[in-house]
Amino acid sequence: MSVARASTATPPAIPINTPVLRRILVAFIRNEVRKVGVERVVLGLSGGVDSSLAAFLAAEALGPANVLGIRMPYRTSSPESLAHAELVAQATGIAIATIEITPQIDAYFERFPDATPLRRGNKMARERMTILYDHSASERALVLGTSNKTELLLGYGTLHGDMASALNPLGDLYKTQVWALSAAVGVPAPIVEKQPSADLWQGQTDEHELGFEYREVDRLLYLMVDERYEDEDLTAAGFALEFVARVRGMVQRSQFKRRLPVIAKVSARTIDRDFRYARDWGC
Amino acid sequence: MATTFTVGVAQIDCRLGDVEANLAEYERQLREAKGRGVDLLLFPELSLTGYFLKDMVATVALAPGSPALRRLRELSRETIAFVAGAVEETPEFRFYNAAMFFDGGELRHVHHKVYLPTYGLFDELRYLARGDRIGAFESRFGRSAMLLCEDLWHPSTAYIAAMDRALTLLVPSSSPIWGLERGEVPENAAYWQRVNAVTAEAYGMYLVYANRVGFEDGVGFWGGSEILGPSGEILARARYYEADMIVAEVNLGAVRRKRIAAPMLRDENLDLTINELTRIRGREPAGVVKAPPVEKPPVRKVAPPRTPLRTTRAKTAKPRKTVRRR
Repeated sequence: MSVARASTATPPAIPINTPVLRRILVAFIRNEVRKVGVERVVLGLSGGVDSSLAAFLAAEALGPANVLGIRMPYRTSSPESLAHAELVAQATGIAIATIEITPQIDAYFERFPDATPLRRGNKMARERMTILYDHSASERALVLGTSNKTELLLGYGTLHGDMASALNPLGDLYKTQVWALSAAVGVPAPIVEKQPSADLWQGQTDEHELGFEYREVDRLLYLMVDERYEDEDLTAAGFALEFVARVRGMVQRSQFKRRLPVIAKVSARTIDRDFRYARDWGC
Repeated sequence: MATTFTVGVAQIDCRLGDVEANLAEYERQLREAKGRGVDLLLFPELSLTGYFLKDMVATVALAPGSPALRRLRELSRETIAFVAGAVEETPEFRFYNAAMFFDGGELRHVHHKVYLPTYGLFDELRYLARGDRIGAFESRFGRSAMLLCEDLWHPSTAYIAAMDRALTLLVPSSSPIWGLERGEVPENAAYWQRVNAVTAEAYGMYLVYANRVGFEDGVGFWGGSEILGPSGEILARARYYEADMIVAEVNLGAVRRKRIAAPMLRDENLDLTINELTRIRGREPAGVVKAPPVEKPPVRKVAPPRTPLRTTRAKTAKPRKTVRRR
């Protein structure tokens, strides 16, 4: 039996309910951090909207004294990013530290002078991850993730770099939802309104690099992932088939980034296949 | 004089896999409820064990004779009657998602969840055995039935409970936050509220819905436990997303009045339903069109439909019942 599809119907917009979302995410951070017997979190403060929002939510959940934001600039990082991170620290009252990554990055790439910007960017992201995890140990704090649903789905992040964390309050929010919630919780307007950038090299912006706008891809991802629209539904909703195919391909090809490494099964109980426990098992 | 009692819901968080810690929380809640004059307290589904148990199911299960089971019995003698949400292990080593009714030092009735969801974030049927009956049962609180969470999303279960003459429906639940829309509660919570109200009113029953709060692996539970009267009216509703206790008075006289005013249960034709379901069950595979059955339906003669109104009155008047009267 075929189901008639109403091509003229307006597709649903991405829902957002900022007061309830804020309440749930604050409770999430408080619950998942304290459950493991920890009071504090540490996060990388890039000056971007994602980490700024995460800092605001964490400060509300745990108290600003229990949140440490670390700025980890490379020599090409924009001074504006540092200033915006400072703005967040001032607005939330969280502690802030600055750890330059230029010496170790430059020392490494002296041996590989021809390394592409992609390799350099990934190396920087992973360098920052090791700094956060080192402070996780020294500060008895969990690493708070700041990846949003859009970049997780598109694979627009560095595996074991910015994608690494103990808990992530933003991983189920599309970028446009991050913007809306950020505005609602009081993230300073210059941070919410600026062009998103990984700031791995000068002049880089997400939307230029991706080749489409967040508002456009979020709407597509929402219908594709959350509402389970098939290609014909998506084209009926006004998306070009090439765009749909490209985005679907990005989601599929980056699936490995969202999973544990593949384990060769030889025993009766293999981790995560037939040895199944919640992450909260040991809490 | 109608039967009255005070029912409460302990809307709690629990520790995944830590039965001992959760038992301690049960005890705290029971003592608080007793202090507030509650006669019967409901705990959420699997609140003695946590929800996302996966391979922990066998480890946290209550086997016959287990110390935790003994402690629950004792608690019902020391404090008040209550419904626990736990995993029950049977003597043949099956594990059920169970609602367990304790009163006066005894385990009086157990309901095994009959609809174990496996879609979306749910995986219950992988780890748990499926229950096979929805029986109403007698207690000093009148005739009740227990349904666990997803059970009630199948309208047939409440129908069966009503036809088995339940006056009160007790529904422990672990409902996760799912689909944040524009309202105050998630999409599935709004649906729960409609289901609860329609069920209570359609069958003229009290309905006690006990949901939990807290997070497991990032999945939050939205709370919002509620107690509804037989016209679907909200008698008490707990806070969303936070631990809470709600209390309300149950007066089975309200069930009587509702069923006099709207005697749909009396008029319900059980034979019609059974015959139709039997016909549907025996139908040829899809695609083979058959005329409505003119042949005699292949079903045993069953008793004529009961008239719940009369039954209700008779039951509540029985002197051997020890229900507190006010």
